Amino acid sequence: MAVDSQLASWEVFMQSKPGANYIHAGGVHAADKNMALQNARDTYTRRGEGTSIWVVPTDAIVASNPDDNDMLFDPANDKVYRMPTFYTMPEGAKAI
Amino acid sequence: MNTITKQQALYKYSLRLGDNALIHSYRLSEWCSNAPILEEDLALTNFALDMIGRAQAILGYAGQLGDMEKTADDLAYRRGEREYYNNLIIEMPNGDFANTIARLLFVSVYEFYFFSELQNSSDPTLAAIAAKTLKEVKYHMAHARDWVLRLGDGTDESRSRMQAAVSALWMYTGELFETDEAAAILQDANIAVDMPPLKEKWNAIVRQILADAAIAIPADEYMQTGSSKGVHTEHLGHILSEMQYLQRTYPEAIW
Repeated sequence: MAVDSQLASWEVFMQSKPGANYIHAGGVHAADKNMALQNARDTYTRRGEGTSIWVVPTDAIVASNPDDNDMLFDPANDKVYRMPTFYTMPEGAKAI
Repeated sequence: MNTITKQQALYKYSLRLGDNALIHSYRLSEWCSNAPILEEDLALTNFALDMIGRAQAILGYAGQLGDMEKTADDLAYRRGEREYYNNLIIEMPNGDFANTIARLLFVSVYEFYFFSELQNSSDPTLAAIAAKTLKEVKYHMAHARDWVLRLGDGTDESRSRMQAAVSALWMYTGELFETDEAAAILQDANIAVDMPPLKEKWNAIVRQILADAAIAIPADEYMQTGSSKGVHTEHLGHILSEMQYLQRTYPEAIW
Protein backbone atom coordinates (compact mmCIF):
# COMPACT_ATOMS: atom_id res chain seq x y z
CA MET A 1 0.00 0.00 0.00
CA ALA A 2 1.25 3.46 -0.84
CA VAL A 3 2.21 5.64 2.09
CA ASP A 4 -0.49 8.19 2.87
CA SER A 5 1.22 11.53 2.27
CA GLN A 6 -1.93 13.56 2.96
CA LEU A 7 -1.51 14.40 6.65
CA ALA A 8 -3.28 12.68 9.53
CA SER A 9 -6.82 11.35 9.28
CA TRP A 10 -9.73 12.84 11.26
CA GLU A 11 -13.37 11.84 11.61
CA VAL A 12 -16.01 14.51 11.22
CA PHE A 13 -19.30 14.65 13.12
CA MET A 14 -21.96 17.17 12.22
CA GLN A 15 -24.92 18.49 14.13
CA SER A 16 -27.71 19.51 11.80
CA LYS A 17 -29.53 21.73 14.29
CA PRO A 18 -29.06 22.78 17.92
CA GLY A 19 -29.84 19.89 20.27
CA ALA A 20 -29.67 17.22 17.57
CA ASN A 21 -27.30 14.26 17.74
CA TYR A 22 -23.90 14.58 16.12
CA ILE A 23 -23.83 12.29 13.11
CA HIS A 24 -20.75 10.94 11.40
CA ALA A 25 -20.33 12.86 8.13
CA GLY A 26 -17.03 11.41 6.88
CA GLY A 27 -13.33 12.10 7.21
CA VAL A 28 -10.74 14.72 6.37
CA HIS A 29 -6.96 14.97 6.37
CA ALA A 30 -5.31 17.65 8.49
CA ALA A 31 -2.09 18.42 10.34
CA ASP A 32 -3.73 19.54 13.57
CA LYS A 33 -7.12 20.14 15.18
CA ASN A 34 -7.62 23.68 13.89
CA MET A 35 -6.85 22.63 10.36
CA ALA A 36 -9.12 19.60 10.79
CA LEU A 37 -11.97 21.87 11.79
CA GLN A 38 -11.39 24.20 8.83
CA ASN A 39 -11.13 21.31 6.40
CA ALA A 40 -14.29 19.77 7.81
CA ARG A 41 -16.06 23.08 7.38
CA ASP A 42 -14.93 23.36 3.76
CA THR A 43 -15.67 19.75 2.93
CA TYR A 44 -18.99 19.15 4.65
CA THR A 45 -20.81 22.40 5.42
CA ARG A 46 -20.76 24.32 2.17
CA ARG A 47 -24.50 24.10 1.64
CA GLY A 48 -25.71 24.90 5.12
CA GLU A 49 -25.74 21.32 6.38
CA GLY A 50 -24.86 22.01 9.97
CA THR A 51 -24.73 24.25 12.99
CA SER A 52 -21.82 22.58 14.77
CA ILE A 53 -18.86 20.33 13.94
CA TRP A 54 -16.78 17.88 15.96
CA VAL A 55 -13.51 16.51 14.66
CA VAL A 56 -11.86 13.52 16.29
CA PRO A 57 -8.49 11.95 15.41
CA THR A 58 -9.30 8.72 13.59
CA ASP A 59 -6.88 6.75 15.77
CA ALA A 60 -8.77 7.91 18.89
CA ILE A 61 -11.75 5.86 17.77
CA VAL A 62 -11.92 2.28 18.99
CA ALA A 63 -13.78 0.10 16.54
CA SER A 64 -15.22 -3.34 17.02
CA ASN A 65 -13.79 -6.17 14.93
CA PRO A 66 -16.21 -7.56 12.33
CA ASP A 67 -14.96 -11.05 13.29
CA ASP A 68 -16.59 -10.52 16.67
CA ASN A 69 -19.99 -9.74 15.20
CA ASP A 70 -21.45 -13.12 16.23
CA MET A 71 -20.44 -12.57 19.81
CA LEU A 72 -21.46 -8.93 19.94
CA PHE A 73 -24.67 -8.77 17.97
CA ASP A 74 -26.23 -12.18 17.50
CA PRO A 75 -27.48 -12.66 21.07
CA ALA A 76 -29.78 -9.71 20.55
CA ASN A 77 -31.31 -11.13 17.41
CA ASP A 78 -32.75 -14.41 18.72
CA LYS A 79 -34.54 -12.98 21.73
CA VAL A 80 -37.68 -11.60 20.22
CA TYR A 81 -38.96 -10.46 23.60
CA ARG A 82 -36.34 -7.73 23.51
CA MET A 83 -38.23 -6.10 20.65
CA PRO A 84 -41.16 -3.80 21.41
CA THR A 85 -43.06 -5.50 18.59
CA PHE A 86 -43.11 -8.73 20.64
CA TYR A 87 -45.77 -7.26 22.87
CA THR A 88 -49.30 -6.78 21.65
CA MET A 89 -50.78 -3.39 22.15
CA PRO A 90 -53.89 -3.34 24.36
CA GLU A 91 -56.82 -2.25 22.28
CA GLY A 92 -57.82 1.34 22.80
CA ALA A 93 -54.51 2.33 24.44
CA LYS A 94 -53.70 5.26 22.25
CA ALA A 95 -51.11 6.97 24.40
CA ILE A 96 -48.51 4.17 24.42
CA MET B 1 -11.79 70.76 -10.18
CA ASN B 2 -13.08 67.24 -10.73
CA THR B 3 -12.99 65.73 -14.18
CA ILE B 4 -15.68 63.14 -13.40
CA THR B 5 -19.10 63.26 -11.75
CA LYS B 6 -19.95 61.55 -8.48
CA GLN B 7 -21.94 58.95 -10.40
CA GLN B 8 -18.98 58.21 -12.68
CA ALA B 9 -16.76 57.97 -9.62
CA LEU B 10 -19.10 55.47 -8.00
CA TYR B 11 -19.15 53.46 -11.23
CA LYS B 12 -15.37 53.21 -11.32
CA TYR B 13 -15.08 52.53 -7.58
CA SER B 14 -17.59 49.69 -7.89
CA LEU B 15 -15.86 48.27 -10.97
CA ARG B 16 -12.63 48.03 -9.05
CA LEU B 17 -14.25 46.16 -6.16
CA GLY B 18 -16.08 43.87 -8.56
CA ASP B 19 -13.00 43.25 -10.71
CA ASN B 20 -10.88 42.34 -7.69
CA ALA B 21 -13.47 39.74 -6.68
CA LEU B 22 -13.91 38.41 -10.23
CA ILE B 23 -10.23 38.02 -11.12
CA HIS B 24 -9.24 36.63 -7.71
CA SER B 25 -12.04 34.12 -8.12
CA TYR B 26 -10.66 33.18 -11.52
CA ARG B 27 -7.17 32.65 -10.12
CA LEU B 28 -8.36 30.52 -7.20
CA SER B 29 -10.57 28.43 -9.46
CA GLU B 30 -7.42 27.48 -11.38
CA TRP B 31 -6.50 25.41 -8.32
CA CYS B 32 -9.51 23.17 -8.91
CA SER B 33 -8.12 19.60 -9.10
CA ASN B 34 -4.56 20.94 -8.64
CA ALA B 35 -4.32 21.76 -4.92
CA PRO B 36 -1.87 19.80 -2.72
CA ILE B 37 -4.67 17.89 -0.96
CA LEU B 38 -8.35 17.39 -1.68
CA GLU B 39 -9.42 19.43 1.36
CA GLU B 40 -7.39 22.41 0.18
CA ASP B 41 -8.80 22.03 -3.31
CA LEU B 42 -12.27 22.42 -1.81
CA ALA B 43 -11.24 25.33 0.39
CA LEU B 44 -9.71 27.39 -2.42
CA THR B 45 -12.53 26.77 -4.87
CA ASN B 46 -14.99 27.51 -2.07
CA PHE B 47 -13.32 30.92 -1.69
CA ALA B 48 -13.56 31.33 -5.45
CA LEU B 49 -17.32 30.81 -5.16
CA ASP B 50 -17.54 33.40 -2.37
CA MET B 51 -15.75 35.85 -4.62
CA ILE B 52 -17.83 35.16 -7.73
CA GLY B 53 -20.93 35.90 -5.63
CA ARG B 54 -19.40 39.17 -4.50
CA ALA B 55 -18.40 40.03 -8.09
CA GLN B 56 -21.95 39.40 -9.28
CA ALA B 57 -23.45 41.65 -6.64
CA ILE B 58 -21.00 44.52 -7.14
CA LEU B 59 -20.81 44.38 -10.94
CA GLY B 60 -24.60 44.13 -11.04
CA TYR B 61 -24.72 47.34 -9.04
CA ALA B 62 -22.05 48.98 -11.23
CA GLY B 63 -24.08 48.06 -14.30
CA GLN B 64 -26.83 50.42 -13.17
CA LEU B 65 -24.40 53.32 -12.70
CA GLY B 66 -22.70 53.58 -16.10
CA ASP B 67 -23.77 55.62 -19.11
CA MET B 68 -25.70 52.64 -20.47
CA GLU B 69 -27.42 50.08 -18.30
CA LYS B 70 -25.47 46.80 -18.30
CA THR B 71 -25.65 43.43 -16.57
CA ALA B 72 -22.88 41.95 -14.43
CA ASP B 73 -22.20 39.54 -17.32
CA ASP B 74 -21.87 42.40 -19.82
CA LEU B 75 -19.27 43.98 -17.58
CA ALA B 76 -17.38 40.73 -16.97
CA TYR B 77 -17.34 39.44 -20.53
CA ARG B 78 -17.34 42.54 -22.70
CA ARG B 79 -14.83 44.89 -21.21
CA GLY B 80 -11.28 45.17 -22.51
CA GLU B 81 -8.18 44.92 -20.37
CA ARG B 82 -7.75 48.69 -20.12
CA GLU B 83 -11.28 49.01 -18.72
CA TYR B 84 -10.53 46.58 -15.88
CA TYR B 85 -9.48 48.12 -12.58
CA ASN B 86 -8.54 45.13 -10.41
CA ASN B 87 -5.32 45.56 -8.41
CA LEU B 88 -2.22 44.10 -10.04
CA ILE B 89 -1.57 41.63 -7.21
CA ILE B 90 -4.91 39.98 -7.99
CA GLU B 91 -4.02 39.09 -11.59
CA MET B 92 -0.55 37.71 -10.84
CA PRO B 93 -0.23 34.02 -11.72
CA ASN B 94 -0.86 31.55 -8.90
CA GLY B 95 2.75 30.32 -8.83
CA ASP B 96 3.22 27.61 -6.22
CA PHE B 97 0.89 27.05 -3.28
CA ALA B 98 2.91 29.38 -1.04
CA ASN B 99 2.58 32.16 -3.61
CA THR B 100 -1.20 31.76 -3.79
CA ILE B 101 -1.39 31.76 0.00
CA ALA B 102 0.81 34.85 0.34
CA ARG B 103 -1.51 36.74 -2.01
CA LEU B 104 -4.57 35.43 -0.16
CA LEU B 105 -3.08 36.73 3.10
CA PHE B 106 -2.22 40.18 1.72
CA VAL B 107 -5.56 40.57 -0.02
CA SER B 108 -7.80 39.09 2.67
CA VAL B 109 -6.28 41.20 5.46
CA TYR B 110 -6.75 44.24 3.22
CA GLU B 111 -10.32 43.24 2.41
CA PHE B 112 -11.11 42.51 6.04
CA TYR B 113 -10.30 46.08 7.07
CA PHE B 114 -11.65 47.55 3.84
CA PHE B 115 -15.08 45.93 4.12
CA SER B 116 -15.18 46.59 7.88
CA GLU B 117 -15.04 50.28 6.99
CA LEU B 118 -17.24 50.06 3.89
CA GLN B 119 -20.05 48.71 6.10
CA ASN B 120 -20.42 52.31 7.29
CA SER B 121 -20.57 53.73 3.77
CA SER B 122 -23.37 56.20 3.10
CA ASP B 123 -24.12 54.17 -0.06
CA PRO B 124 -26.61 51.57 1.21
CA THR B 125 -25.87 48.99 -1.52
CA LEU B 126 -22.12 49.01 -0.95
CA ALA B 127 -22.68 48.95 2.82
CA ALA B 128 -24.94 45.90 2.53
CA ILE B 129 -22.52 44.04 0.24
CA ALA B 130 -19.69 44.89 2.63
CA ALA B 131 -21.53 43.43 5.62
CA LYS B 132 -22.14 40.16 3.77
CA THR B 133 -18.62 39.98 2.36
CA LEU B 134 -17.02 40.54 5.73
CA LYS B 135 -18.12 37.13 7.03
CA GLU B 136 -16.51 35.40 4.07
CA VAL B 137 -13.33 37.44 4.16
CA LYS B 138 -12.80 36.72 7.86
CA TYR B 139 -12.63 33.05 7.01
CA HIS B 140 -10.30 33.59 4.02
CA MET B 141 -8.00 35.55 6.30
CA ALA B 142 -7.95 32.87 9.02
CA HIS B 143 -7.19 30.21 6.43
CA ALA B 144 -4.38 32.20 4.81
CA ARG B 145 -2.89 33.12 8.17
CA ASP B 146 -2.81 29.51 9.34
CA TRP B 147 -1.03 28.41 6.18
CA VAL B 148 1.51 31.23 6.31
CA LEU B 149 2.37 30.26 9.91
CA ARG B 150 2.48 26.58 9.02
CA LEU B 151 4.66 26.99 5.94
CA GLY B 152 6.89 29.71 7.41
CA ASP B 153 7.45 27.72 10.57
CA GLY B 154 7.61 24.37 8.76
CA THR B 155 10.42 22.64 6.86
CA ASP B 156 13.38 24.35 5.19
CA GLU B 157 11.66 23.99 1.84
CA SER B 158 8.29 25.34 2.97
CA ARG B 159 9.95 28.31 4.67
CA SER B 160 12.06 29.16 1.62
CA ARG B 161 8.99 28.96 -0.64
CA MET B 162 6.93 31.12 1.70
CA GLN B 163 9.75 33.65 1.93
CA ALA B 164 10.16 33.73 -1.85
CA ALA B 165 6.42 34.30 -2.29
CA VAL B 166 6.27 37.16 0.23
CA SER B 167 9.37 38.78 -1.27
CA ALA B 168 8.02 38.50 -4.82
CA LEU B 169 4.55 39.87 -4.06
CA TRP B 170 5.50 42.62 -1.64
CA MET B 171 5.97 45.24 -4.35
CA TYR B 172 2.36 44.73 -5.42
CA THR B 173 0.93 45.53 -1.98
CA GLY B 174 1.45 49.32 -2.05
CA GLU B 175 -1.09 49.71 -4.84
CA LEU B 176 -3.91 48.36 -2.67
CA PHE B 177 -3.91 51.62 -0.72
CA GLU B 178 -3.74 54.07 -3.60
CA THR B 179 -6.43 56.71 -3.86
CA ASP B 180 -7.52 58.01 -7.24
CA GLU B 181 -9.86 60.84 -8.21
CA ALA B 182 -12.94 58.61 -8.00
CA ALA B 183 -12.08 57.49 -4.47
CA ALA B 184 -11.36 61.07 -3.38
CA ILE B 185 -14.74 62.30 -4.67
CA LEU B 186 -16.54 59.45 -2.93
CA GLN B 187 -14.66 59.94 0.29
CA ASP B 188 -15.97 63.48 0.46
CA ALA B 189 -19.46 61.97 0.24
CA ASN B 190 -18.68 59.41 2.98
CA ILE B 191 -19.06 56.58 0.47
CA ALA B 192 -15.45 55.44 0.01
CA VAL B 193 -13.02 54.07 2.59
CA ASP B 194 -10.25 56.30 3.96
CA MET B 195 -7.02 54.57 2.92
CA PRO B 196 -4.16 55.84 5.16
CA PRO B 197 -5.63 54.39 8.41
CA LEU B 198 -6.35 51.16 6.52
CA LYS B 199 -2.74 50.89 5.44
CA GLU B 200 -1.59 51.27 9.04
CA LYS B 201 -3.88 48.50 10.23
CA TRP B 202 -2.86 46.25 7.35
CA ASN B 203 0.82 46.80 8.03
CA ALA B 204 0.46 46.05 11.72
CA ILE B 205 -1.33 42.73 11.28
CA VAL B 206 0.58 41.48 8.22
CA ARG B 207 3.94 42.28 9.80
CA GLN B 208 2.86 40.50 12.98
CA ILE B 209 1.80 37.37 11.09
CA LEU B 210 5.00 37.31 9.02
CA ALA B 211 7.11 37.79 12.16
CA ASP B 212 5.26 34.91 13.87
CA ALA B 213 5.92 32.80 10.79
CA ALA B 214 9.65 33.64 10.90
CA ILE B 215 9.38 35.26 7.46
CA ALA B 216 11.59 38.31 6.82
CA ILE B 217 9.60 41.40 5.89
CA PRO B 218 10.77 42.95 2.63
CA ALA B 219 11.77 46.62 2.53
CA ASP B 220 9.15 49.08 1.29
CA GLU B 221 11.10 50.06 -1.79
CA TYR B 222 9.68 50.25 -5.28
CA MET B 223 5.95 49.60 -5.45
CA GLN B 224 4.19 48.62 -8.68
CA THR B 225 1.29 50.77 -9.79
CA GLY B 226 -1.07 51.23 -12.72
CA SER B 227 -4.37 49.45 -12.28
CA SER B 228 -6.36 52.52 -11.22
CA LYS B 229 -5.66 53.81 -14.75
CA GLY B 230 -6.43 50.43 -16.29
CA VAL B 231 -2.74 49.68 -16.91
CA HIS B 232 -2.06 46.03 -16.15
CA THR B 233 0.64 43.39 -16.22
CA GLU B 234 0.77 41.05 -19.20
CA HIS B 235 -1.20 38.49 -17.18
CA LEU B 236 -4.65 40.09 -17.18
CA GLY B 237 -4.91 39.95 -20.98
CA HIS B 238 -4.36 36.19 -20.88
CA ILE B 239 -7.05 35.75 -18.24
CA LEU B 240 -9.56 37.80 -20.21
CA SER B 241 -8.79 36.10 -23.52
CA GLU B 242 -9.71 32.77 -21.97
CA MET B 243 -12.59 34.05 -19.83
CA GLN B 244 -14.20 36.11 -22.59
CA TYR B 245 -13.51 33.80 -25.53
CA LEU B 246 -16.98 32.31 -25.73
CA GLN B 247 -18.92 35.57 -25.48
CA ARG B 248 -16.57 37.25 -27.96
CA THR B 249 -16.88 34.39 -30.45
CA TYR B 250 -20.59 33.67 -29.99
CA PRO B 251 -22.15 36.91 -28.72
CA GLU B 252 -25.38 36.37 -26.74
CA ALA B 253 -24.60 32.67 -26.30
CA ILE B 254 -26.49 31.30 -23.29
CA TRP B 255 -26.83 27.93 -21.60
